[in-house]
Amino acid sequence: MALSGLEIYKLLPKTNCKDCGFPTCLAFAMKLAQKQVELAACPHVSEAAQAALSDAAAPPIRLITLSSNGNKLEVGNETVLYRHEKTFFHQPGIFVRVSDDLPLDEIKARTAEVDGYVVDYVGMPLSYDGLAIAYASGNPEQFGDAVKAVCDTTHKLLILIADDPAALKAGLAAADGRTPLLCAANAENWRRVALAAKNAKAPLVVRVDDSDPSTSSEQRLDGLAKLTEDIAKFGVDDLVLDPGVRGFNESLATITHIRRLALKENFRALGYPVITFPGEGATSQLDEVTLAGQQIAKYAGFVVLDHFTEASAYALLVLRANIYTDPQKPIQVEPGVYPINNPGPDSPLMVTTNFSITYFSVANEVESSGLPGWLLVADAEGMSVLTAWAAGKFDAERIAKAVKESGASGKISHKQVILPGHVAVLMGELEEELPGWEIKVGPREAVDLPAFLKM
Amino acid sequence: MPVTIPKNKYSGAVREVTIGATKAEGGTRTTTVTVGGESTLPFLFHEGAMPHPPRIAVEIADRWPADWSPLLREAWGDAVDDPVAWAKAAEASGADLILLRLTGPVQRGDGSKPTAAEARKVVRAVLGATGLPLMVFGPGIADLDNELLVAVAEEAAGERLVLGVCEDKNYRTIVAAAMAHGHLVDSRTPMDVNLAKQLIILTRDVGLPMDRILMDPSTGALGYGIEYGYSVMERLRLAALNGDSMTQQPMLVTPGEEGWKLKESKVGEGVPASWGNWNERAVTWEVLTSSTLLQSGADIVVLRHPDSITEIKSVIQRLMAPAHNGHS
Ligand code: B12
Ligand code: SF4
Repeated sequence: MALSGLEIYKLLPKTNCKDCGFPTCLAFAMKLAQKQVELAACPHVSEAAQAALSDAAAPPIRLITLSSNGNKLEVGNETVLYRHEKTFFHQPGIFVRVSDDLPLDEIKARTAEVDGYVVDYVGMPLSYDGLAIAYASGNPEQFGDAVKAVCDTTHKLLILIADDPAALKAGLAAADGRTPLLCAANAENWRRVALAAKNAKAPLVVRVDDSDPSTSSEQRLDGLAKLTEDIAKFGVDDLVLDPGVRGFNESLATITHIRRLALKENFRALGYPVITFPGEGATSQLDEVTLAGQQIAKYAGFVVLDHFTEASAYALLVLRANIYTDPQKPIQVEPGVYPINNPGPDSPLMVTTNFSITYFSVANEVESSGLPGWLLVADAEGMSVLTAWAAGKFDAERIAKAVKESGASGKISHKQVILPGHVAVLMGELEEELPGWEIKVGPREAVDLPAFLKM
Repeated sequence: MPVTIPKNKYSGAVREVTIGATKAEGGTRTTTVTVGGESTLPFLFHEGAMPHPPRIAVEIADRWPADWSPLLREAWGDAVDDPVAWAKAAEASGADLILLRLTGPVQRGDGSKPTAAEARKVVRAVLGATGLPLMVFGPGIADLDNELLVAVAEEAAGERLVLGVCEDKNYRTIVAAAMAHGHLVDSRTPMDVNLAKQLIILTRDVGLPMDRILMDPSTGALGYGIEYGYSVMERLRLAALNGDSMTQQPMLVTPGEEGWKLKESKVGEGVPASWGNWNERAVTWEVLTSSTLLQSGADIVVLRHPDSITEIKSVIQRLMAPAHNGHS
């Protein structure tokens, strides 16, 4: 049973030594109760207390870590069902599957494609996390060669998909130095596969197969829970769940059950991240992306795709970033004056807000126009132009203050400022706030800025 | 420990709202569409019912809007120059409802705007072209919307149209027109649970029955605020299921409109190579925005591209029909 903050506090040393990073033992206890910190952060707990606390301290969904050449992916340790309750913490890893029965050149080419892909979204470089190599050849040696081909091409993370422990061993040998996710242990093979995972200290997918059409959701999850308990007893603690369902509805319902069981019932045997294979439930590439999107929003921890295109990667990566944004703080940029394309004293001065999406849509347009300019970012508490205007955070007074206090006027020889078209109504007031300045109204959308600047 | 699948217990349900009226009901539609009625979070059939699937409205316009992406023109072909042909093409593409957009100065790009008489005429023509239920949205300028929608309401009396969008600044006139002529309204507020409730209350207080109100919490596109809309919708739906009467309206969202106004969808050249194929990107953007909002409780998604309609239609079918063995 989970303990309350006060119950935990009673078991702590109560010295308020701050070594855990919190001002008091009580503050630390509260965080522990909310499962937002690990007990290990306090170096002074007694062993007896430790045992009593370990259950309360363990996160309801285990944190799983993959690593590779300095790259790291952490998945799990989520605490809420809905992002508005707090936030989602650890983005699901997205992987692309390649089969070991492809020619090595092709494996390398597909790997290179995923490896080289990065897209900029509001100043953040986004990319997929790695490759999943599937054992289809029936020849462990060939699997090892495929894994090596992938490792030679990328530093990204790996999932090794093989039911055969011999193949997993060959793959692990080829993946030397990386901690891949092994996939998968099932009711038949688990002892041998779990041994391989244990030796390699690698996390392991536990899968219930989907052969019996009459299996109910309860039976399926029962089977899965029993397997994870056996495997945990055997000594592999880092597990990932594959409940075996693939379609749109079943995937949604089953992953939701698992998340609720872990968070609401503290059901340990299913307290692990879930892996999905949207391509196996999809009818086309677009359909695969759509199912993957559903799984990103609804609780998947690892998503393994069968296709890679730039357009779909861009869309899925942005969706993942959006769903995992902390709802309490919009992504913002620092207020201030930003020079674009080496502006001089006679370059135009444009004003915008410090909401990242707003800033980057404007900055990117000016940048790609090739024209120099100064972009003055007013502090609008991280809101878009119209939102901030409606909320009173982007009015004439604030804009005038930004113009005067940002140092913008010292950088230019003219007295002209360009407003976003959406807030043309501010023109009159701003003229009063900034005597001697000429207020110009720009276009409504940033896309039209280059044409406007060229006029 | 054996597994018992947790079930949330809810005390409330979403209201049912029917759009369109057949001859017997005082209109001319050959089919009507009912949405709402959920007593569960989306598609979780183990704990409640979802008696009606989410529906797809396809957006057409009284004339080709100059600010729409050329990809949409390419997809629909010459039909976009004639609202009658466009409505027929939309129906053939799988629409459950048609949303007719009356264009204004912004969409037209030439400063012109339709007169009330023109609005009546085009609504009449579209009603003649299709038997599907119809929604009519104004250009999005409060005064102009009032003028046009009042005329449209009168022209199509008894059809159970959805008139939109109804915002705090113009709801009185539009709600009155809907009441007088037997229509529904789309009640739109800017992504805020309390504002959404407030406008529903105001609309009810004017006297429009609750089964004639759709709740439109505003849509942000993927990459441009989808997370705000998503979470506000989740909160509204949870509130509805937990018995908060003023949130129990079916929700309408406009991923087509939001998705297709972005650079990602409008521009094919001079964009980063990592954005990939233009058409694929634009359609994926609309599809992913829509499918994500279906997860947070959308009852009607308004779409623009035929390929998105096909995909979302098929996704809804599969979300509504769990297969026994877990495979699609
Ligand atoms: C997401 C959103 C929110 C989010 C906030 C997101 C954020 N961090 O800003 C939330 C949900 C919190 C929110 C809240 C509110 N919102 Co709001 N929101 C939106 C929404 C859906 C999208 C805004 C957005 O992100 N746009 C994308 C960015 C990139 O656009 P942008 O900043 O305008 O930048 C573009 C242009 O302006 C231009 N540009 C920008 N800078 C510059 C500079 C120059 C020089 C030039 C030329 C161009 C330029 O380029 C950009 C790209 O083209 C819009 C509706 C919509 N679909 O547009 C409503 C909207 C902006 N919100 C609105 C309102 C009223 C509010 C609230 C006041 C509601 C309330 N009472 O609670 C609150 C205010 C906040 C508060 N009090 O806390 C209204 C504003 C109405 C109006 N016309 O004044 C809108 C338009 C919705 C509506 N139709 O009613 N909102
Ligand atoms: S480190 Fe331990 S003893 Fe020190 S303040 Fe934190 S909880 Fe208390």
